Amino acid sequence: MSNGIWIEACEVDDIEVEDVIRFDHEDRTFAIYRTEKGDFFASDGYCTHEKFHLSNGLVMGNLIECPKHNGRFDIPTGQAKRAPVCVDLKTYPVKIEDDKVFIQI
Amino acid sequence: MKDYGMVIVGAGEAGARAAVELRTQGWTGAITMIGNEGRHPYERPPLSKHQLVDAAEPVPITILDSNRLIEQNIGFHTNDVAVRINRQVHTVELASGIQLPYERLLLATGANPRKLSVQGNAAKEMLYLRTFADAIRIRERIQPGQRVAVIGGGFIGLEVAASAVKKSCEVTLVEVAPRILMRGVPEEIAKLVEQRHREAGVRFKIGVMIESVDKEVGGEYVISLADGSAVRCDAIVTGIGAIPATALAVVSELEIENGVKVNEMLATSDPDIYAAGDCCSFPHPLYGGKRIRLEAWRNAQDQGTHVAGNMLGAAVPYSALPWFWSDQYDQTLQVAGLSEPTDTTVMRNLGDAGKLFFHVAGDGRLVSVSAMGPTGAFAKEFRLAELLIEKQARPELEALANPGRKLKELLRA
Repeated sequence: MSNGIWIEACEVDDIEVEDVIRFDHEDRTFAIYRTEKGDFFASDGYCTHEKFHLSNGLVMGNLIECPKHNGRFDIPTGQAKRAPVCVDLKTYPVKIEDDKVFIQI
Repeated sequence: MKDYGMVIVGAGEAGARAAVELRTQGWTGAITMIGNEGRHPYERPPLSKHQLVDAAEPVPITILDSNRLIEQNIGFHTNDVAVRINRQVHTVELASGIQLPYERLLLATGANPRKLSVQGNAAKEMLYLRTFADAIRIRERIQPGQRVAVIGGGFIGLEVAASAVKKSCEVTLVEVAPRILMRGVPEEIAKLVEQRHREAGVRFKIGVMIESVDKEVGGEYVISLADGSAVRCDAIVTGIGAIPATALAVVSELEIENGVKVNEMLATSDPDIYAAGDCCSFPHPLYGGKRIRLEAWRNAQDQGTHVAGNMLGAAVPYSALPWFWSDQYDQTLQVAGLSEPTDTTVMRNLGDAGKLFFHVAGDGRLVSVSAMGPTGAFAKEFRLAELLIEKQARPELEALANPGRKLKELLRA
């Protein structure tokens, strides 16, 4: 899936610590995370259960919880952690340059 | 070693989750699930929502399909009924004559729609919604231009009303109680919901008794109300609550109290028989052991998952926060926890994201939160409020009311 293109998603300060925001690019939607430890991650924006924006969900430690049905994913790996989700979330590489967050899609 | 397996009566949300969890937690013996709808376990929430409205013919959203059942080695009787439990010899007898021996038994029998008892020749023609087959029947009747009457202003009735409006029906909702959403939803939210429905064109008849439901020559239905008015329509959908399915528990002489009575471990009066989901009432540790029964998707899922551990010997009390949600139009309403009319209510206005209402008990504990707003917009705040309730926090009322105060910080306090 990844074709190696780095795109600028947001500024570092656009995301609060232990939070997530939505980033739309062309016809795709992504979720960009900042964990409590200050690490940044990126994944597909929709939950794999029903098409629902994970950016409305709560980040707790390394977990993102879908606000609709409380399915959970591990943020760094995208692994499905709690029913009803059973399909893993696709994740994308992230880098920080000049206080900007880039993701590789 | 007996070759007795785990038997699950009911193939809804609770039963299906329990079956999978038993395997996840390492049970290697037989698991047998008994369903009576002739189809694989599926999600019920969409039945009142997009599956009534979508242009494409809906298919059930399956929780456990054939492949998964085979992979997990779960036996499934798709269309049978458990008629008797022989508790002495640990067997369940099915209507087909099959005798299933069990090590532990789970009752996940759910609930059935409460039928409206009313005068008139059309009482039997009212539609009820519980199963996928029910949804298909209702879907066929809510066609553009049709006049649809909904009896009952609970979640199901309101969701069907919203779906019928989306399908360009003329909708009238009849509620005999003084307001809609009397059960478990605070008045502040109920008002917002009613207002949203009125904006969408739904007409309301509230606080008025139904005298009769008749079908006239030509097929038109007439609902005659006690105030002398009448609602004339082409279809009637009734959603006035559900009755726990306890027949099997009753003939098997298990204790009943507003459903199958279970303790905090979800065990019935027979320690080898458990119950989960809509069919059972249980004491809630967060609310002083108050006995409640929930008709809710998340509760069915959580209890189904939880009970599996206890069936395998874990003995962990079930204490998940009661939680409901409903989607109507572009709005979501959510309620978590249990509130009493004596609680103090504080509003946090999130502007475009909606409104949160916090319900605080006399001792200062946050006991419940409810919210209404555009789908998804208040979800983070709501989830944090749930965590505050679970923590039995006593936050200051001003802090709750002030959107500038972060709930995450209150949680850390």
